[in-house]
Amino acid sequence: MSTETLVERVLRLLPGATAVAEEAVRGDTVVVLDRGLLLEGLKTLRDHAETRFEMLTDLTVVDYLGRMPRFEVIYQLYSLTWNHRLRLRVPVPEDDPVVASATSVWKAANWAEREAWDLFGIRFAGHPDLRRILMYPEFTAHPLRKDYPVARREPLVPERDPIAQPWPPRGAA
Amino acid sequence: MSAPMPDDPTSEIMEIQMGPSHPASHGTIKFNLRLDGETIADIDVEIGYLHRGFEKMCEQGTWNHVFPYADRLNYASPLLNNVGFALAVEKLAGVTAPERCQYIRVIAGEISRITDHLTCLGMAASELGAISAAFYMLEAREFLYDLVEALTGARLTVTYCRLGGVMRDLPAGFAERTRDALRRVQAVVADCERLLSRNRIFVDRMAGIGAISREDALSWGLTGPLLRATGIGYDVRKATPYLVYDRLDFVVPTGSRGDNYDRFAVRMAEIEQSIRIIGQALDQIPAGPVAINDPRHHLPPKQEVYGSIEGLMNHFKLVIEGQKVAAGEVYSATEGGNGELGFFLVSDGSGRPYRVRVRPPCFYAMSALGHMLKGHMIADIITTFGQINMIGGECDR
Repeated sequence: MSTETLVERVLRLLPGATAVAEEAVRGDTVVVLDRGLLLEGLKTLRDHAETRFEMLTDLTVVDYLGRMPRFEVIYQLYSLTWNHRLRLRVPVPEDDPVVASATSVWKAANWAEREAWDLFGIRFAGHPDLRRILMYPEFTAHPLRKDYPVARREPLVPERDPIAQPWPPRGAA
Repeated sequence: MSAPMPDDPTSEIMEIQMGPSHPASHGTIKFNLRLDGETIADIDVEIGYLHRGFEKMCEQGTWNHVFPYADRLNYASPLLNNVGFALAVEKLAGVTAPERCQYIRVIAGEISRITDHLTCLGMAASELGAISAAFYMLEAREFLYDLVEALTGARLTVTYCRLGGVMRDLPAGFAERTRDALRRVQAVVADCERLLSRNRIFVDRMAGIGAISREDALSWGLTGPLLRATGIGYDVRKATPYLVYDRLDFVVPTGSRGDNYDRFAVRMAEIEQSIRIIGQALDQIPAGPVAINDPRHHLPPKQEVYGSIEGLMNHFKLVIEGQKVAAGEVYSATEGGNGELGFFLVSDGSGRPYRVRVRPPCFYAMSALGHMLKGHMIADIITTFGQINMIGGECDR
């Protein structure tokens, strides 16, 4: 293995990415990637012999209310081959909260993206089944957003007849 | 979701809902099944029944306020969550706990790992009718809960770790009590091994059921015993050693077929390894403080709080304002009972967490459950679900 650090290697493979100062992330390897380059970037990181990120360890969102762009989708990657970790930050604006779905790259993205949609309202283009996962289907807000009040009471929803109105709906993708 | 439910009443496919409160599934979970006879044609797993807004609540208090919540993630091994969260905050704050504390955390964590595995395996046995093996394992778990109670004052809701240390030192005679309890646990585990591992009914119900390939296991993000059962020896304690795991001699048991039986065997072998780890840690543990002495992060001793104005002010500031952690973000992974337990923390420099994200190992395992079960029988749901060891507190947060 050369003396090239992981972040240099990732920046060489993903020309559009930028590194994050190490101090703010306490030595973790973190790069920021534009959402237009996301899907190609993820595939490269998974398949390239020098990175081999076989696992999407986690996917989540941070809501930086008041900052532009407001959201950041966070991908935690792990490579079994190289035993290294990488965190990818993808800024997402509030008025168009869409990123490409990673379900075609890692299956783990399926539920993680459903949760990100459920709790933060980020949509994942190309996700096969973007339903709520932790909250109930009648819920209308996205509770982990910073502007969702912690003590808000949601109205009771009418009881759903599981025969007449099954969940998931019949024929759901 | 593949084939939609046809509306033709003569179709053989039957739609049935199992749960959310089903006597054979421990944990509140719903399976929306499409059955072809007794064979599972399609399955949709519905979680979220135990969602309590853990991550939202963590943003409301100080960093120390998260420890009690962390207990309630995986309540079969609360100490492991405590340790995992403590390590994450310490990484963010740039603090290292004293050596004695690190050993105590290893000992406490491994005790919790054994209770976690005993719970999972005991329930797996009872679900297949081997209720006596289940009771033996629960009895062994009781020996360990006694230790946890002596150590933390509680059996389950331990809240033992603090930023930069643990709540208090080991009680008097703890090493002897632990060695004695572990000997008894070892005897029980050996009994259960004989009762189960070559039991015809048990093997027939477990072997070849719920299997997953290595490639799929990685793609679905499986970790812990589920991943190791496929033959991939990934264990955070070995891959990126934390605490003092690099000084302790243990092996990472693996399986080969990735089915329920291998998951059972891996967990059985891990109990043995955890016992070895605790024994070595008890031998090596040095004397010294169990928490850092840093007024910015750790509460002063009670004598100082009640006996001096500086101590009282320090205590007041820490409780009301919280520990100021410099702005930044970290991801910190530890090996939980069910796999990689990760904490992703963001601090904005105030005394409160800006964002606390838990990477729950069984959330990802549950997402793969449908894939594991397709084509199996309806009765296999119970054994596979049991080996995933879904803990609602952690999965639904």
